[in-house]
Amino acid sequence: MANATTPQDHDASAALAERIRQAAAEGTPLRIVGGDTRYFYGREVKGNELSTREHRGISFYDPVELVVSVRTGTPLAELEATLEEHGQMLPFEPPRYGEGSTVGGMVATGLSGPRRPWAGSVRDFVLGTRVISHEGIEQRFGGEVMKNVAGYDLSRLMVGAQGSLGLITEMSFKVLPKPGATHSLHLELSLEEARLRLAEWGREPLPISAAAWLDGALHLRLEGGPSSVEATRARIGGDDLDNGFWTALRDQRLGFFRGGDAPLWRLSLPHRAPALDLPDIDEREMIHDWAGAQRWLRSDLDAETLRRACQSAGGHATCYGPRPHATEPFTPLPELLLKYHRNLKAQLDPKGLFNPGRLYAAL
Amino acid sequence: MNILYDERLDGPAPKLDRAAIRDSLAEAIPDMLLLHREEDMRPFECDGLSVYRTLPLLVALPDSLDQIQRLLQTCHRLGVPVVTRGAGTGLSAGALPLEHGVLLVMSRFSRILEIDPEARIARVEPGVRNLAISEAASPYGLYYAPDPSSQIACSIGGNVAENAGGVHCLKYGLTVHNVIKVEILTIEGERMTLGSDALDAPGFDLLALFNGSEGMLGVVTEITVKLLPKPEVAKVLMASFDDVEKAGNAVGAIIEAGIIPGGLEMMDKLAIIAAEDFIGAGYPVDAEAILLCELDGVEADVDDDCETVRRVLEKAGATGIKQARDDAERARFWAGRKNAFPAVGRMSPDYYCMDGTIPRRELAGVLKGISDLSERYGLKVANVFHAGDGNMHPLILFDANREGELAVAEALGGEILELCVRVGGTITGEHGVGREKINQMCAQFRPDELATFRAAKAAFDPNDLLNPGKNIPTPARCSEFRTIKSAADSAPAAPQG
Repeated sequence: MANATTPQDHDASAALAERIRQAAAEGTPLRIVGGDTRYFYGREVKGNELSTREHRGISFYDPVELVVSVRTGTPLAELEATLEEHGQMLPFEPPRYGEGSTVGGMVATGLSGPRRPWAGSVRDFVLGTRVISHEGIEQRFGGEVMKNVAGYDLSRLMVGAQGSLGLITEMSFKVLPKPGATHSLHLELSLEEARLRLAEWGREPLPISAAAWLDGALHLRLEGGPSSVEATRARIGGDDLDNGFWTALRDQRLGFFRGGDAPLWRLSLPHRAPALDLPDIDEREMIHDWAGAQRWLRSDLDAETLRRACQSAGGHATCYGPRPHATEPFTPLPELLLKYHRNLKAQLDPKGLFNPGRLYAAL
Repeated sequence: MNILYDERLDGPAPKLDRAAIRDSLAEAIPDMLLLHREEDMRPFECDGLSVYRTLPLLVALPDSLDQIQRLLQTCHRLGVPVVTRGAGTGLSAGALPLEHGVLLVMSRFSRILEIDPEARIARVEPGVRNLAISEAASPYGLYYAPDPSSQIACSIGGNVAENAGGVHCLKYGLTVHNVIKVEILTIEGERMTLGSDALDAPGFDLLALFNGSEGMLGVVTEITVKLLPKPEVAKVLMASFDDVEKAGNAVGAIIEAGIIPGGLEMMDKLAIIAAEDFIGAGYPVDAEAILLCELDGVEADVDDDCETVRRVLEKAGATGIKQARDDAERARFWAGRKNAFPAVGRMSPDYYCMDGTIPRRELAGVLKGISDLSERYGLKVANVFHAGDGNMHPLILFDANREGELAVAEALGGEILELCVRVGGTITGEHGVGREKINQMCAQFRPDELATFRAAKAAFDPNDLLNPGKNIPTPARCSEFRTIKSAADSAPAAPQG
């Protein structure tokens, strides 16, 4: 087991549970906050602030087991630095929106970075969780082992639920060794050509771990053993690209994300979905990350039109801002699905204490 | 404690009139095959855990979505429990019928609806066999990764219900990591889509919640899985050890070297002898343990990794290391492992397969604990182990024809699972709780945690009609379990087989 403690480590779960019992007694909703760097990702919550920041530290890390458990107030940077010391990583490359980004925020929003289509998402690496229930009791689901099907999978359910089903106090993840070799490439290709190439390469066991088309070029990352990375580089050609490009894309620090007043949209689509049926939108002005499965768009187009086009292509669209949102940030759910979301919320948070309205007004 | 449904511990069962329900179903769904005669229903009385058997009230074999929908609506209206069954290969009695419930058999939904090589997905009905997906995808150079040992027979619907694993999980994940979308019917017969053809969907991750939910939240009617490009090559190394602990440490050392093998399996002496005797896989019968390490991917990388692993195994004290020379030898090495269960079955009239998962570092201690328990209960245990992910399959050898021996095997199995929980593991890695481990759930979870599970269930099935009695024990059952445990802990003598 690795020693990963720091002087700031602190278990505040008892105090957090007490706050929740108080809130339950008073019937006052809570706005759960870690680093508050993902404030833009969702609807505004009216409630008393409940901060997880005091609840921090890596409570367990065993590089040989490929398992790390971490309190949710821990800065994401601290977790990643500890893994880095042991040559390991969070394979899903969560975006960081500032130094304050916490593990809790990463889990609550469930956002993943460039490696996602090949490695999996945040929820795919979740092994277990501790959650404080609406009664103020810390409960444990899942665990610190690779396979666990005892009971319902409530750990993965928490990912992306934006804290609306309980206060996540600790999360256990599977981690992986960093790849032996990494090489990035820049290939001048039209969007159409890039799509054709990616479709072809996608059916072969190539060591591709990121693929984004923007500004008239396909950006590719190769990761794996040195031999296969070198062989693939030689086969694919193109110019070398600084690996730092992927960090900038991951953390949304490319010029695209900074410029413009029009709202920023994340379109999640089947990777081979054709250009959207929208005359006002030029696909070449978007970033096509995840080999086309995640597209970034700046547009003033009305939400309904955009969402309809995404839905008919098999996907959905999320508005990242600017705040205040002129529209619902998340694609509205079909009525029946919303009913079961409400049922689940009513069962796990009957008093509506946890981040009410953060995802949808009805939750 | 009785494993079959027990009203005293599992809650009151509805009083149902078989003939009246049969009439109502026949009226609502005249074109559906509905079995009611004992001899017709007999083949459905158990799943792969055949020591537990119950004849269902009725067996329904629908062949259209519309029939399932009307079946659920009718059962919901009449308050009739529904147990959904796939291929019936499950090992935890998850599809064990209820005397007071209709068994919904999905085996006629066996069509592969679509293989899309461009999108790298397959859209299939739930009765499609796991291996059939890979076979259908094979012409495109693609395959479906999760490969439970029963993959030749088990259905993908059952795989979703149990979140099935296999020998390649550490690298390629479980069912939950490889399913992108399911169509479901709720107990009220409403149709819903969970997940999407994109890489995520808005709202809660109900797709993750449904994987492994043992048919208790809804009925899965269509599944979209992702397909992966077949690895260019796969090579396998077999290492022998004169000591189980050394083999266990070698597993950690491989992973410490930064390698994630496609498969990493371990067998102990009894399992080696059984497999060798059955298959002639070329296993060293004098070894205390063997490790099978499969490395797959691009050839150049795989060759580099084979060298690294060989060095690690030597350093870890392997007494012999053999690399399969060709695909035929590789297949033979795996055949021994994949047939370990039937091989052990030849040594004993019956065997009982456990499914605990532990942190790998606890392996040596847990194997010692199992060996002590085996001696104490007077039953032999063979160990087969997905070593890479810590998932153990101890096989308890017993003879059901000897009076009381099944009960001894169950008690020994229960203790092995509780040992797994004590070292920070879980009672089930990939087989599910079903009915089999319903009591041990009380050891793994506190009453308030079990209440949260029940709350999640109530969101989808408030009247507890879908597969009642499985997976999550009632407070009454747990309270009896704890009473018995504390009595046993204070008793001096251990049971003898």
